[in-house]
Amino acid sequence: MSERTTILRGGRVVDPASGRDGVADVLIRDGRVVRVGPGLEVESEAAVIDVPGGCVVCPGFVDMHAHLREPGAEHKETVATGAAAAVAGGFTAVACMPDTEPANDEAGVTGLILARAAEAGLARVYPIGAVTRGRAGRQLAAIGELRDAGCVAVSDAGRPVADAILMRRALEYAAMCGMPVIDHCEETALTVDGVAHEGGAAALLGLRGMPAAAEEIHAGRDVALSGLTGAPVHLAHVSARGTLRVVRSGKARGVPVTCEVTPHHLTLTDERLAEYDTNCKMNPPLRGAADVEALVDGLADGTIDCVATDHAPRHVDEKLAEFDRAAFGVVGLETAVSVCLDRLVHAGHVSLSRLVGLLSANPARILGVEGGALTEGAPADITVLAPDLPVTVDARGFRSLARNTPFDGWSLRGGVAATMVGGRTVYVNASVRGADAFGLASGRAAAGGADAAAGGDPRAGAPTRV
Amino acid sequence: MAPTAEPSRRAPDSPLGLDAPVRLRTKDLLSIGDLSPDEILLILDTAEAMKEVGTRSIKKVPALRGHTVVNLFFEPSTRTRTSFEIAEKRLSADTVNVAASGSSVSKGETLADTLRNLEAMSPDMIVLRHASAGAGHLAARLCGACIINAGDGMHEHPTQALVDAFTIRERKGGLAGLRVSIIGDLLHSRVFRSNLRLLRVLGAQVCACGPATLMLPDMERLGVRATTSVDDAVAGADVIMLLRVQLERMRGHFFPSRREYFQRFGMTMARLRRAAPDAVVMHPGPMNRGVEIASEVADGSRSVILEQVANGVAVRMAVLYLLAGSRRGAAPGGPALDGGSGWDRAGE
Repeated sequence: MSERTTILRGGRVVDPASGRDGVADVLIRDGRVVRVGPGLEVESEAAVIDVPGGCVVCPGFVDMHAHLREPGAEHKETVATGAAAAVAGGFTAVACMPDTEPANDEAGVTGLILARAAEAGLARVYPIGAVTRGRAGRQLAAIGELRDAGCVAVSDAGRPVADAILMRRALEYAAMCGMPVIDHCEETALTVDGVAHEGGAAALLGLRGMPAAAEEIHAGRDVALSGLTGAPVHLAHVSARGTLRVVRSGKARGVPVTCEVTPHHLTLTDERLAEYDTNCKMNPPLRGAADVEALVDGLADGTIDCVATDHAPRHVDEKLAEFDRAAFGVVGLETAVSVCLDRLVHAGHVSLSRLVGLLSANPARILGVEGGALTEGAPADITVLAPDLPVTVDARGFRSLARNTPFDGWSLRGGVAATMVGGRTVYVNASVRGADAFGLASGRAAAGGADAAAGGDPRAGAPTRV
Repeated sequence: MAPTAEPSRRAPDSPLGLDAPVRLRTKDLLSIGDLSPDEILLILDTAEAMKEVGTRSIKKVPALRGHTVVNLFFEPSTRTRTSFEIAEKRLSADTVNVAASGSSVSKGETLADTLRNLEAMSPDMIVLRHASAGAGHLAARLCGACIINAGDGMHEHPTQALVDAFTIRERKGGLAGLRVSIIGDLLHSRVFRSNLRLLRVLGAQVCACGPATLMLPDMERLGVRATTSVDDAVAGADVIMLLRVQLERMRGHFFPSRREYFQRFGMTMARLRRAAPDAVVMHPGPMNRGVEIASEVADGSRSVILEQVANGVAVRMAVLYLLAGSRRGAAPGGPALDGGSGWDRAGE
């Protein structure tokens, strides 16, 4: 079916894994990259896609932290709607957390998620298994079985592995199975009833605080245990300056620690809480300006390995509530790329190439999955960026079932032009001039995800299976 | 045109006949931050006229006739609820009291649904007390009715701060330059947070004192002198405002015992001698006698605690009256209810 040859012609190719940044063609056959280089010659029957002017061809983005809510909370998100949101946001692969109902702590749940992902036929979906049974923090989950069933990492998602000896054994056992442990760093004794960053804003608003030290302390323990065992640990959604100090010092002495940061922690501070907007409530919480500055510096200096969304869909009823009773979490799949292009690249904090690495090669390496590079033999997972596209975020147009974003109404510069998975176009942004060259296997145009230009049912344009 | 202090210079019965220029810019009173300095003075001046109504044999004026006011209280309250209710009745409003225990809240209804249902009955004002900070902000987004915050969790209790300012002004003539020391459980106090904003706007020098475990971070940045020494806080103070130790909001250990709290922070006659000779002692109530305040102080000649309660009615009459004026002048139509957006409150 995909045996024909396709060539992406004339775009700027940015591929940090191979150090390439320049105009080149990308030749694709059987869902894989055959060759990348300027002025490639191809056989006449090859399908030619002229990359629209100004667009950038990148290895497909990998979001290593999303909550897809299936099984158990399909009214918030399903694997299919999450995958549709992912490709509309430029992610060709998404790793999904095990905080489902039941938890993904055994092969049956992993299998269900993978089956749903295959049915959807959009983004690649990499399940993350639980560290402990039921994510209850008491006994190890069937980590080896989870690996065999297709999990790429283990995490208790949303909860720290509080017990230090359990964490130590989880690190050792998961490493034996070839997986990292992804930990949510929070010393929960310090955050009881907390709903916001402990600082001046929460104090004046009368909101119970969660001090940055709660994250730093737990991260310090994890880095020490990773050093002790030699097993890789990955710290999810790092938010505090002190945590970066811990990671930096661990990396300096060779500890296999990696970490991620979310677009919202890179761009928003606790000042956003002034109107008690529950779409600014997440865990870890939005922190102070000094933390945001430190996170941006951490991206530039390599302390932070990747940008991940922590996409956490919530039903409107969970958010239309008193601030302290509202659910934690924000969605991010459909805004991450635009937020990062505008606030990080165009703002001059990181180069485009660095951002692409943070979104592709690095997460793929940490998870040990294919992709993240545009080199011969790599899967043809490709994200095409329109770095100067004016985008206005409109939550009503999301393909995600959820609308809980703190970026609604933001005007941003930069977006996604098209997304290909395994050489097949799965998303085209109709508002990018010339992007229709990518076509869609189904022949249906995609409605603009992050930009609201397209009217009608926001999900009507979701690409169908091929 | 900016509001002025005009009403206080009118004849005592003028609240009856005032027809327009007195109004507040805000639709809701959620925080002292919603009020400009001029508006704060307007409320205090109007309260003086309102206080006179309470001295008449027939304590009633028709100012809010035809207005429906719902007192929606999700937390227990004696003083504040009674004070609002008396104020509403003296202004001839139709009042309805809804207490959480007697409502559908006990059947599991969400706050949003409770508010939408009340809103469907077109009240003009909702006086809201709730255990969650920001509950009034949610109400203001969902309701066209004017929302008056009568205490939201640890956030604010703006009418109490207005009562306190009115009482201080009555006793001292003004607030500019006064040394006001607020002593007690700062962390859990919505009265403190409202007073912090209000006293600073009116030019008082504020000193905040309490155990290190019950302090707010960054108080110097808020223009407040912070100390853990009660003697230091009392020395030379013109006003001593004590705050209730809110044991019900405390999880875990903030201080070793009530006894030790009283020894270190309790207001006694001996400590009070260090204050200015004409210093007054205030407490927003309810008091824990023998914890934050000795009975001899609470019932002593320096105490203006019952004056605060008495003034509560007049100040709340002024707030209700002025907000009703602002509502009459406001464009109709409530905020969006879809919950997906529309978080920004109109007019800000």
